[in-house]
Amino acid sequence: MLLITCPHCGPRPELEFVHGGEAHIARPAQPEALNAEEWTEYLYMRANPKGLHAERWRHLHGCARFFNALRDTTTDQFVVTYKTGEARPDLKGPAA
Amino acid sequence: MADLMTNAPSMARHVLRGRLEALLAAEGALGFALPREACRSASLNDAHALWLGPDEWLILSAPEAGLGDRLEGAMGAHPHSLVEVTDRQVGLVVSGIEAEAVLSVGCPLDLDQAAFPIGMCTRTVLSKAEIVLWRTGPETFHLEVWRSFAAYLRAFLTASAVVPVAD
Amino acid sequence: MSAPFRTDAGGQIDRRKSLTFTFDGRTFQGVEGDTLASALLANGVHLMGRSFKYHRPRGVLGAGSEEPNALVSVRRDKARVTPNLRATQVELYDGLVAQSQNRWPSLNFDMGAVTSLLSPFIPAGFYYKTFMWPRKAWDHLYEPAIRAAAGLGDAPTEADPDRYLNRFAHCEVLVIGAGPAGLAAALAASKSGQRVMLVDEQAQFGGSLLAVTDALIDGKPAQVWLDETLATLAANPKVTMICRANAFGYFAHNMIGITERLSEHQAHPDAGAPRERLWQVRAREVVLATGAIERPLVFPDNDRPGVLLADAARIYLNRYGVKPGKRVVVATGHDEAYRAALDMHRAGVEIAAIVDARPYPRGPLVEAAKAAGLTVREGYAITGTIGELRVNGAYIAPIIAAGQVGQTETLSCDGVLMSGGFTPSVHLFSQSRGKVVWDETLETYLPGQSAEAERSAGACRGRFGLAQALADGFAAGADAARHPVTHSFAVEAVEGDPKGVVGALPHNRGQGAKAFIDWQNDVTTKDLKLAVREGFQSIEHIKRYTTTGMATDQGKTSNLNALGVISDALHRPIPQIGLTTFRMPYTPVTFGVLAGMARGDLFDPIRTTPIHDWAVEQGAVFEDVSLWKRARFFPQGREDMEAAVRRECLSVRKDCGIFDASTLGKIEVVGPDAAEFMNRMYINAWTKLGVGKCRYGILCREDGFVTDDGVVGRIAHDRFHVTTTTGGAARVLGMMEDYLQTEWPELNVWLTSTTEQWAVIALQGPKARTILEGLVEGIDLSPEALSHMSLTEGKICGVPTRLFRVSFSGELGFEINVPAEHGRKVWEAIWAAGQPHGLTPYGTETMHVLRAEKGFIIIGQETDGTATPDDVGLTWAVGKAKPDYVGKRSLARPAMADPARKQLVGLLTQDPAVVLDEGAQIIVTRGQKPPMKLMGHVTSSYHSAVMGRSIALAMVSGGRARRGETLHVPMPEGDIAVTVTSPVFYDPEGARVNG
Ligand SMILES: [Zn+2]
Repeated sequence: MLLITCPHCGPRPELEFVHGGEAHIARPAQPEALNAEEWTEYLYMRANPKGLHAERWRHLHGCARFFNALRDTTTDQFVVTYKTGEARPDLKGPAA
Repeated sequence: MADLMTNAPSMARHVLRGRLEALLAAEGALGFALPREACRSASLNDAHALWLGPDEWLILSAPEAGLGDRLEGAMGAHPHSLVEVTDRQVGLVVSGIEAEAVLSVGCPLDLDQAAFPIGMCTRTVLSKAEIVLWRTGPETFHLEVWRSFAAYLRAFLTASAVVPVAD
Repeated sequence: MSAPFRTDAGGQIDRRKSLTFTFDGRTFQGVEGDTLASALLANGVHLMGRSFKYHRPRGVLGAGSEEPNALVSVRRDKARVTPNLRATQVELYDGLVAQSQNRWPSLNFDMGAVTSLLSPFIPAGFYYKTFMWPRKAWDHLYEPAIRAAAGLGDAPTEADPDRYLNRFAHCEVLVIGAGPAGLAAALAASKSGQRVMLVDEQAQFGGSLLAVTDALIDGKPAQVWLDETLATLAANPKVTMICRANAFGYFAHNMIGITERLSEHQAHPDAGAPRERLWQVRAREVVLATGAIERPLVFPDNDRPGVLLADAARIYLNRYGVKPGKRVVVATGHDEAYRAALDMHRAGVEIAAIVDARPYPRGPLVEAAKAAGLTVREGYAITGTIGELRVNGAYIAPIIAAGQVGQTETLSCDGVLMSGGFTPSVHLFSQSRGKVVWDETLETYLPGQSAEAERSAGACRGRFGLAQALADGFAAGADAARHPVTHSFAVEAVEGDPKGVVGALPHNRGQGAKAFIDWQNDVTTKDLKLAVREGFQSIEHIKRYTTTGMATDQGKTSNLNALGVISDALHRPIPQIGLTTFRMPYTPVTFGVLAGMARGDLFDPIRTTPIHDWAVEQGAVFEDVSLWKRARFFPQGREDMEAAVRRECLSVRKDCGIFDASTLGKIEVVGPDAAEFMNRMYINAWTKLGVGKCRYGILCREDGFVTDDGVVGRIAHDRFHVTTTTGGAARVLGMMEDYLQTEWPELNVWLTSTTEQWAVIALQGPKARTILEGLVEGIDLSPEALSHMSLTEGKICGVPTRLFRVSFSGELGFEINVPAEHGRKVWEAIWAAGQPHGLTPYGTETMHVLRAEKGFIIIGQETDGTATPDDVGLTWAVGKAKPDYVGKRSLARPAMADPARKQLVGLLTQDPAVVLDEGAQIIVTRGQKPPMKLMGHVTSSYHSAVMGRSIALAMVSGGRARRGETLHVPMPEGDIAVTVTSPVFYDPEGARVNG
């Protein structure tokens, strides 16, 4: 069971969380303006990387907030978690 | 077990959400500051505010005290949401020297006082039920649970209380 | 009376407490402190099982959890039969009943052993090669036969009556293994004042110390030091010690799964005493002190009963007071076997010879053996054993060149003690995703780079010997606790060379000889060599092809020897072959302890409404809807469901029905931007919905498919009362929170679940208004004041209510929301008021029929996650002027407008008595043979009492354009002809909602 650091509540057991898919995929401001390929890209295409993955979690049975995390998909280790709306930390910076 | 688990006294419950101006107005009506630190509670007499999220508090107060109306009146047009949930959930009090151990049968949080001090409160899980867990004393916890899960929670705690040797 | 191989004194047993037990029906005596294995050995019984594949007779090999052979079933009663227990770990109690496995009809004479005669024909990969063809034979012939012959032990035939507990625990330092390294680690860590947990798989703490007879620690005999250390730890309130604890899994982020045996070792557990407990321990730091496992020597017929590991034999002697035989051959490639030989010699066991495969063994233990007059044959290999059900002799021969031996000699004996050295137990380290590294000096894999916050200490990282283990353990404990404490142990002990031998010994016994690598899966050196000859190079492939290391013992005794043999065959060094992944569980765990408390009434929460008890009293039959119990129908007398539903339906249409709708999800959407938020989420338009009005809302996912629906009422300008389906409540709230928190955080609106705040009483039928009229205060129920799809607030029976005028039946209808605490009181008041008017309670089945008669969809029944609003006839609900809403862009995709999409229609069978099967397929032309061209499927189908015939809803390709067409529903009995109709069967004008 993972130990996940909620940016609001601190380290908490995975049982309290739900996974929310890839992070930083913003809903287009004007979906109508997108052509089919662009809309498909937004709706379905995901990176699924091996290694660092920016993903969303929700502390459902805690503060109930969504937040973002950088997790290494090969080791399950979280590098950093950060609040929704914050930019993906630059891993060359101090967060790494 | 009868001693370990009792029903909390009846109380009024509200979920308070809102922007800063509304919160400040609410604090005026409450007579105390809403806890801004995560997972902490604040109390004055029979009124308690439990931090559940960065802009979410569970307000517990004496029934019929009219706190909900006073809060609503104080916040007025400031953007906020106050929703009464008095009947949504029920309160249970788990207390006694075994309280920590019994709750640890189903709750994955570290309940040692160093990690979960008096006054700490949070939504969490107890086995397959979501609860609000609030430590009100060294060996006393107040649990809030949605009413349809209460029977399950009571049964689970009763089964958990049969603690074998070495506890 | 006393067992023939029991010593007179010494060990951790109580000879005065005699215990009676049976093994395969024979009665034996053991003593308190025995394991089943030690008690059997004390009685001279080595034969404890048959091997899995060849059914070869097998004796006990080890003394702990590594045991591959002595698997037994322990039976307390019909429901309490535990198979596959290692006799070495079964604590003896009075009255224990154990049986061996893999034998029929008896252990001494096993018919299955004929497979042993066939063994030349059962090489590695036999199953893969033999049962390839024909495909059909696999299902009908091969698989059932293999399944019948395979498997270890028998499962109990009754439900498990035992209780299992769960426990989450947290500590700063978790020490796994309570041998010298683990004890020293716990001791050091405990000095920090932090929480320390110490767990060990055995019934007693101490590990190898329990069999030490001659060492001094800090000037005290090892046993005294052990007792004092345990007392010190036990006196520390911050230290939790758990024995009989199998740390079976190392999970992410330092979560360790541990099963604790609570009552299995007791002769008479208290009634209801829990059997096991699952500990889920989250540790800040972990110290792995898991020790090392002795390696067998690989030589022909090394699996004969009476052949056991040397150190295991020493443990039996020193800890349990049991001699392995009268005259034993000690075969070794490692110094520790000399210690065993010396202890045996002192206890009066004759040592036929110490046969050492190393050319020039030297060191204090070797010298001590020679000084004691023991015969040492240097540079000799053991090349075979003699005997049937018990060894009675051993072949030895000098090693004259690499892979070659000279003249064979025969030594008579009744036991062979063997040692190839010790393999560090890196299982948990490897599970933690740590990387093991090959150590050239020790010729073994050791823990390398850590992936978790853990460190290994003692023998499990190659720090063999008492002095090294203690020092390493103490340092590891201090490190884990981040507590700068040091202690230098004064250890007086004779210690040898840690290096041993890996792989197979040379022999001259020919091609047919069976030298076992993996005892439990019957894998021999020949199998591994064959796999290599057939082209397998990767250890992962060889493992799967030969099954080496894949048995329940996880290859504890076999992995390194297998690598050695493969290395020889491939002419590549071991580190280039790699190592297979160690998987949990370290030793098998019961299903019961994993299920834990989640069984029976505690399997899942059973959610009930405030009106549930009333329905129970009325004799309602319930159904599960997500976690809820919902009243399905209310039978009267001997009515079956069909009769009850027919009566309930007609009552609603004629008079009035009362229905518990409390399980509907409810979300309070509050804030100045509430209408804007609803506009963005739902397909409907909300801005113009007046306060006090309701609307049927439809929620799509971003891909345009319908995901939920429900009536939404506007309580105030900034407050909506949103209802969802019963099963969709949590999903819808989660989806709304997702958009609100992550896409539109600027909106001033907040969501609160009120599902359980309100009890909801639906009153449906022409007399609904009449029944309610006398109960409400401050509410005008007249059609002018409260029209269809509107709501009002006031009081009912003195209780505040949100009263909706809505209908899911097509009749005049109200949904009365009252605070849950008052739900039953209000329900009963309405019930009483309705008695003169024929009020009837109805359940979910009638609710389904009534809505189907009106063509109303049920999410998840008409929809399946691929239906658009238009597919299910809800285009009218779309707020077409809205620039955007969730799903809008997706609905503009060309495929969404394809006229061939499946659309909601009604179906009427040509024979009105025929009720279609829900889920049945629909075809256009009758008489088709598979594969048919399927045009759609039946989604809802009932007998409609008010229509006097069957009705059905269906999703049919291009369905709306097919009205009037005859289609067919192919069934095994033949095609059923149906006519496509409007989905609204009853009151298509919708007049009845006005009463
Ligand atoms: Zn949180």
